[in-house]
Amino acid sequence: MSHAPTPEEALTQHLSTEYKWGFEVELEEELAPKGLSEEVIEYIWRKKQEPPFMLDFRMRAFRAWKEMQEPHWLNAHYEPIDYQEAYYYAAPKSMAEKAPRSLDEVDPEIRRIFDRLGIPLEEQAILAGVAVDAVLDSVSVATTYKERLAKMGIIFCSMSEALQNYPDLVRKYLGTVVPYNDNFFAALNSAVFSDGSFVYVPKGVRCPIELSTYFRINARKTGQFERTLIIADEGAYVSYLEGCTAPKRSEHQLHAAVVELIALPNSYIKYSTIQNWYPGDKQGRGGILNFVTKRGIAHENARISWTQMEAGSAITWKYPSVILKGDNSIGEFYSVAITNNRQQADTGTKMIHIGKNTRSRIVSKGISAGSSQNTYRGLVQVMPNAENARNFSQCDSLLMGSSCGAHTFPYIEVKNPTAIVEHEATTSKIGEDILFYCSQRGIPRQEAVELIIGGYCQEVLANLPLEFAVEARKLLSISLEGSVG
Amino acid sequence: MLKIENLHVSVENRPILKGLTLEVHPGEVHAIMGPNGAGKSTLAAVLAGREGYEVEEGTVTLDGKNLLEMPPEDRSYAGLFLAFQYPVEIPGVSMVQFLRAALNAHRAAQGKDPIEVSDLMKLLREKAALLKLDPAFLTRSVNEGFSGGERKRAEIFQLAVLEPRVAILDETDSGLDIDALRLVADAVNALRHPERAFVVITHYYRILQYIRPDKVHILADGRIVRSGGPELALELEEKGYESLLARV
Repeated sequence: MSHAPTPEEALTQHLSTEYKWGFEVELEEELAPKGLSEEVIEYIWRKKQEPPFMLDFRMRAFRAWKEMQEPHWLNAHYEPIDYQEAYYYAAPKSMAEKAPRSLDEVDPEIRRIFDRLGIPLEEQAILAGVAVDAVLDSVSVATTYKERLAKMGIIFCSMSEALQNYPDLVRKYLGTVVPYNDNFFAALNSAVFSDGSFVYVPKGVRCPIELSTYFRINARKTGQFERTLIIADEGAYVSYLEGCTAPKRSEHQLHAAVVELIALPNSYIKYSTIQNWYPGDKQGRGGILNFVTKRGIAHENARISWTQMEAGSAITWKYPSVILKGDNSIGEFYSVAITNNRQQADTGTKMIHIGKNTRSRIVSKGISAGSSQNTYRGLVQVMPNAENARNFSQCDSLLMGSSCGAHTFPYIEVKNPTAIVEHEATTSKIGEDILFYCSQRGIPRQEAVELIIGGYCQEVLANLPLEFAVEARKLLSISLEGSVG
Repeated sequence: MLKIENLHVSVENRPILKGLTLEVHPGEVHAIMGPNGAGKSTLAAVLAGREGYEVEEGTVTLDGKNLLEMPPEDRSYAGLFLAFQYPVEIPGVSMVQFLRAALNAHRAAQGKDPIEVSDLMKLLREKAALLKLDPAFLTRSVNEGFSGGERKRAEIFQLAVLEPRVAILDETDSGLDIDALRLVADAVNALRHPERAFVVITHYYRILQYIRPDKVHILADGRIVRSGGPELALELEEKGYESLLARV
């Protein structure tokens, strides 16, 4: 009888297929002077022709950042970063002079990059109902569907455009959920962020399509510091998706984004991420350092739901969180984090219960293979006035092989006696008996592993919008072809 | 159709099957009965190709094809089905997803395209109706939270969908109350077919009251020690293994 691969071998094969999004395209880039200084920050501010308050915001952040220490408390290791060796602003030259006003004006090379990634910039191609904003290096390339949304009063544009066209709205909310001095990487982002997406959904409007941003790092030696701000006004609803890829590089690249969500009373923001940044090679060389601050504030009866599938990056370090400020507000966090080779992930959430009758739900599924380390870290905090707060947390770890690690650090702080906080955790392996059962039914081992992992992640994947759920499943079972033992 | 000749199998160097011979023809139902430790479950496992069972000697063919050289999935494509004694749970994977994967793997082995989702659903509903199963169970995760009876009926349901040449029922009656046993037996009887054979492995006579076997074999110490018609099962029920085996 032929040798059947062990579950570990099957998954390793399954995960070790080449990173398919690692191609590089030579674009002429316009770069800011190397390194970080007040001059560089002013350069960025001037390049982007931002309103005066932004220079102040950036400078305050930069000065705060200079006083801060690079944090290393995560359950992962990275070498201290030389911040003076990187470029903080890179724009394809064709975009630098003036942003394209229509899709026809987008540089064909840039369009080709997004075509290869399968991200359609043409509106016709996305009648399926996803509006796309594509961010390449530091600048936003195209925002589709804009006009149709504008008729409903929905603003969906790049952060640069928002600063030009809606400065008061940005000023009112920027930095209100993640202050400029929140943490080392958020301060860095506040000082140098170049672009990102901005969404505003007016009172009582239900955004009829999924809004999506696709982030791509192309240039060398640049970090990507995008800034996303989403505001759902009273009673509004919006579902927003982000996807990310980057070329293969032998050195680490820093990605330090900040996302702020503001859910005003009775609104609902659903935020989904498929993170597939380049993870580095098998020896752990290169890859993206994905150090991201994501936080939302939920006012009365509002609901914020984070769903993430973290598959890429050398190190993922992020805790999409919800401040449950208003009474009866709801926070949710659904996460799949998959690590292989030398990847390290330290991710989870914070649910801060402030209002009465606030509810939160955490479902985290970690899958570790190779020599990777996968950590869930979460905080559930119930403040003294949060009468009848409820939390349920489920943290599961799936281990593939014996040289990877899974860790769970749930922090729970309850300052109100009426709160009910539940935490469940499991650690498991894919059993030989399940694989044999599948093979008896004719399901090849590779496919069985995918089926089982898909099932394990089902509760999280079910929360992704349909278009993304398909992509997420593909990413989970990235290599149907040529991987059967 | 299924031909087992002089089969010797050991587990961790301990001989379990010691020269088992059995031939099953299309349309037949064979019962294999035996006391604990006789090698009944080893027979089921080795036929399906579970790892850890060393075939020392002998041959097993299905429609002339050498089963022992095939990995488990190829045995499945060749038409062998095992209803497990302890069906496993697969959390988050619905019966529809699971059977779609299984059915499409079988179709791919036959060079056929994957089944259309609408055809799949039609097929699954038909088979569920045939076995008087509530179609709601199609969207439940495979065996998750199923009672013992539900699990065994779900096994027979999979059998109905995959339409094997030969089905091995490994102690399908164990742990079932009389009502559940009847339902499972009815399901099996509904699937009897002139081109399909069943091998019913059991400790007890009880299930054979509902699934009437054509042949009954007594397995003891790794060998078939007696074969006969349905009356042999009855004799066993009356006298017990000990007195019957003492005479061998």
